[in-house]
Amino acid sequence: MPLVLPPSVLGFYLLVAFSPQHGVGKWLLETFNIQFVFSFQGLVLASVIYSMPFMIGPVRSALQQLPKSLAQASYTLGKTEWQTFRYVLLPNIKPSLFTAIVLTFAHTLGEFGVVLMIGGNIPGITRVASIAVYDSVENMDYASANTYSLILFGITFMMVMSVFIYNKTQTKSPLE
Amino acid sequence: MISIDIEKKLKGYGGQQWLKVKRDFATGGIIQIHGPSGIGKTTFLKIIAGLIQPEKGIIKVDDVLWLDTSAKISLSPQKRKTGFVFQDYALFPNLNVQQHLEYATNDKEWIQRLLHIGKLETLSTHKPEYLSGGQQQRLAILRALAIKPQILLMDEPFSALDKQMKLELIVELKQLFSELASTAFIVSHNLQELENLDLTDFIDLGKANFY
Repeated sequence: MPLVLPPSVLGFYLLVAFSPQHGVGKWLLETFNIQFVFSFQGLVLASVIYSMPFMIGPVRSALQQLPKSLAQASYTLGKTEWQTFRYVLLPNIKPSLFTAIVLTFAHTLGEFGVVLMIGGNIPGITRVASIAVYDSVENMDYASANTYSLILFGITFMMVMSVFIYNKTQTKSPLE
Repeated sequence: MISIDIEKKLKGYGGQQWLKVKRDFATGGIIQIHGPSGIGKTTFLKIIAGLIQPEKGIIKVDDVLWLDTSAKISLSPQKRKTGFVFQDYALFPNLNVQQHLEYATNDKEWIQRLLHIGKLETLSTHKPEYLSGGQQQRLAILRALAIKPQILLMDEPFSALDKQMKLELIVELKQLFSELASTAFIVSHNLQELENLDLTDFIDLGKANFY
């Protein structure tokens, strides 16, 4: 669902779910003194929920592409499912895993709707880069907006390049 | 004694057919499994290993029940611990030759002996992609032997080896099978290929409803 839901809708439901006035949010606050709404922890949780499918999709697809016999060979050697995953399957999907981690992080970095909903826009606590850009434009402070945007652009560009270079070194030509 | 009585539905291009095997095999023997493509040779090996479940059946190894579908008993592949040589080798791309064997056993001396038998000592730091087809196949055999299996299941294990290498390896394997008292089930298209292995039994899965 997080893949297809508008971010603001997902953010709204998370806001309602974790509201300290009732339900789960109230219980968390009273029992563990944790408040997810308008807090940094809330931002992290919402980002994880929102971005998880972008991570799971490529990783699951990479695992499905591995020959079944790899896991079967490991089982016949007496290894458990966890050992097989840790020592055989995971190392053999490294490029896909790296791509998924970097792209998910980059995607999260630019998230706007969800984080604004659950985090608000509290300077020093929940104001993230993408919201800062929006704020600067709202205040007609184009110089700051430009600086923030350039930093985000630079970080994202470096991430995409690192994925591209890493995958190029890891992937062999079929003719080799 | 290994008692096998299994029935497995197979799906193929020609529709459905049944793989039925009911036989007893002496432990410590070498059994050749023969039959045309698609008849269920690999499936038969995987059923013994616990990697595939049959519709119906019982497998008993030295009075230990590995499988009884009516009693819903089925030992996991990890507990059966059969040595399995896969037709596609199923080597782990991230591990080198030495690491393949270390993944299977902690016995350093045994690893060194296996490397010597497979003539892979000088290639111990090589990953599978840097090995020839024959070297990969030998590594697959050594990895299966590394766990000193009670039952060894080999799916076309010598197909990529040249004649000389095959003969040398077979001599060593005969010695190892006898030392480990392993029972080997070997799938082979070539009826002559295994004649130097002193086969003790032979089954042709091509014969319908094999009993």
